[in-house]
Amino acid sequence: MDDKGALARSLNTPELQFVAREVAPNLLAMSMNTEDSLREYIRLFVKNPLVSTFGPLAKILDFVANAAPGVKEILAVGKLCWEVREQNYDIVIVDAEATGHIVAQVDAPSILSNLVQVGVIREQTKWMQEILHDKATTGVVIVATPEEMPVLETMQLLDTLQNTTNVGVSAVVANRVHDDVVQGGDVAVFDSLWQAVQSNTMASDVSEALRAPVELLNVATQRRRNEVGNLEQLVARARQGGVMFMSVMDIESHDVDVVTAMTQVLKDELQ
Amino acid sequence: MSSLRNVLENGRLVVVTGSGGVGKTTMSAALGAFAASQYNRRVLVLTVDPARRLADALGLESFGNAVVEIEASALTRNGVPPAGRMFAAMIDTKASWDELITRCAPNADVRDRVLSNKLYRNLTERFVHSHDYIAMERLFEAQQSLDYDLVIVDTPPSRNALDVLDAPRRMKEFFASRLLKLLTTQAQSRLFSLAAKPFFIVADRILGARFLTDITEFFTLFRTMEDGFVKRANEVEAVLKQHDTSFMVVTTLESAPLHEAEFLIDALRERGYLLNTVIANRVTPQALVSQAQIALNKLEASIQEPSFVQAVVKATEGVEPSAEQISRVVSTIARKSAEAVRKGGAEQATLDALHKRSAESQAELCICVISGAEISRASALVALGESVHPA
Repeated sequence: MDDKGALARSLNTPELQFVAREVAPNLLAMSMNTEDSLREYIRLFVKNPLVSTFGPLAKILDFVANAAPGVKEILAVGKLCWEVREQNYDIVIVDAEATGHIVAQVDAPSILSNLVQVGVIREQTKWMQEILHDKATTGVVIVATPEEMPVLETMQLLDTLQNTTNVGVSAVVANRVHDDVVQGGDVAVFDSLWQAVQSNTMASDVSEALRAPVELLNVATQRRRNEVGNLEQLVARARQGGVMFMSVMDIESHDVDVVTAMTQVLKDELQ
Repeated sequence: MSSLRNVLENGRLVVVTGSGGVGKTTMSAALGAFAASQYNRRVLVLTVDPARRLADALGLESFGNAVVEIEASALTRNGVPPAGRMFAAMIDTKASWDELITRCAPNADVRDRVLSNKLYRNLTERFVHSHDYIAMERLFEAQQSLDYDLVIVDTPPSRNALDVLDAPRRMKEFFASRLLKLLTTQAQSRLFSLAAKPFFIVADRILGARFLTDITEFFTLFRTMEDGFVKRANEVEAVLKQHDTSFMVVTTLESAPLHEAEFLIDALRERGYLLNTVIANRVTPQALVSQAQIALNKLEASIQEPSFVQAVVKATEGVEPSAEQISRVVSTIARKSAEAVRKGGAEQATLDALHKRSAESQAELCICVISGAEISRASALVALGESVHPA
């Protein structure tokens, strides 16, 4: 929805366009462009292909698509619902906008239907809402890293979606979760070593060998402890649907390798 | 280019941008807390993100349009009270719009008709683009206010920040647009306007005549406020380019946020804004990486030495570990710190490239190292702000 080129890089494909392109077998990708969406809308519903290319009108359409409040949201969500309604794909996965924008987007048809009492748009917002509000058809997947703020924000978003919209939540994914540095009874052993290093109670040669490695790992250990606390909160809040965990990918190469590795994890998790 | 410390000590407005999830809001709050603690300045941290991250970062409940002052005790460090004061504000889009309409309306009749207009109420309460313009309005008010010496603005993630910055220009374009002229042209003259005809054919078909009438009425009212809006849009644009306004890009060293940071660096420069600071956040402490690299050689050499094993046994005797546990923990330390050193080396290369990129844009690269501590209170924020240092 908010194309920054990251999706194209992740799929190892040239820049994406409004017209969907097959980037791998059975996988098509597109980027949202509200101007193109408006043109497509006019072509489909006004049934006059010349209208959108007519000089002065084209300029107005650009402006309507990009600057008028609410229009951008409805054009984006309308395009998605259209693809679902027409069954052009088996599943449509949307890389949505930032958290602060998502509620306005999924709720745009409801808002518009309150404003428009009759006419074509009114009818269209009706089927859009049917698609968005049918929990077997549409669901929001919330992805959060296990840090304090993203987790808080996820919990707030869960509340907002439940309290102010009729759109369901399909899954909550905790992404980039770190592994424990040490586990179980070894934690106490590591902590003792950390304390010994801090209090300078070891012989200097032993301390020299251990201090920096232990301090370096202690940063990771502390981070992991915070993560565990944050994830407990998230799991408690999302109790009905549960939380899926995605480990941090220890891959320094290209985005596409990360996607391949994540695909494997998801395959295992979902089976 | 001014140093970050100089910006915090002498600047008037700092606009913080960056990709989602890089710690931008925490960084805005931390720099604000540090500036208020260190300098005798009244610092306002204003978030224009519709998400409520700033309240979370400061451990506060949502506080709407009101400005709240952070208690001095929360900014006190090691018994030293803060030199200045810190304030925080979020934006209540609806209330801000109502204030703006009240100010710009030519008379009470127009004001009341706009405020009670159904279209107006829905647009201002529910849609993000209406938030963008009002965000700039609040930024301007804060910058002009004599109540604050420094205003730090936390923007929405990545390109949404540009939408906010571009909002005044778009507002001017709107008032100058053909669309508004068409919408507000009297009904009779529309019939004779060839240019308007196709537009109304399309609009009638899609929106229905009744909704189109609602829209027309609303924009006819809205147009009476053109002077106030355009004047303010020009003032906001001027403030963003003032010498004491500076921009900041926050990023982590992962590939997606870095791409976005580079995009923002260019986009800010293209718009003629003064980019003073790039902050690389959550960086592994490079000094510790270098020390660990040296120590690892010693660790590998001595890991089997009886004296080393004895020292480790003695250090951990309080928890009575088995020999197997000790061996496992020490080898884990060796293996995982070697991995961390390797990653640290890769981060350094990325950091060097970012340093070069920042220098090309006449910006100072600053580093904020990763911390194990949770940062959710003002006192921890002061320490975090203080820890940000030039690369």
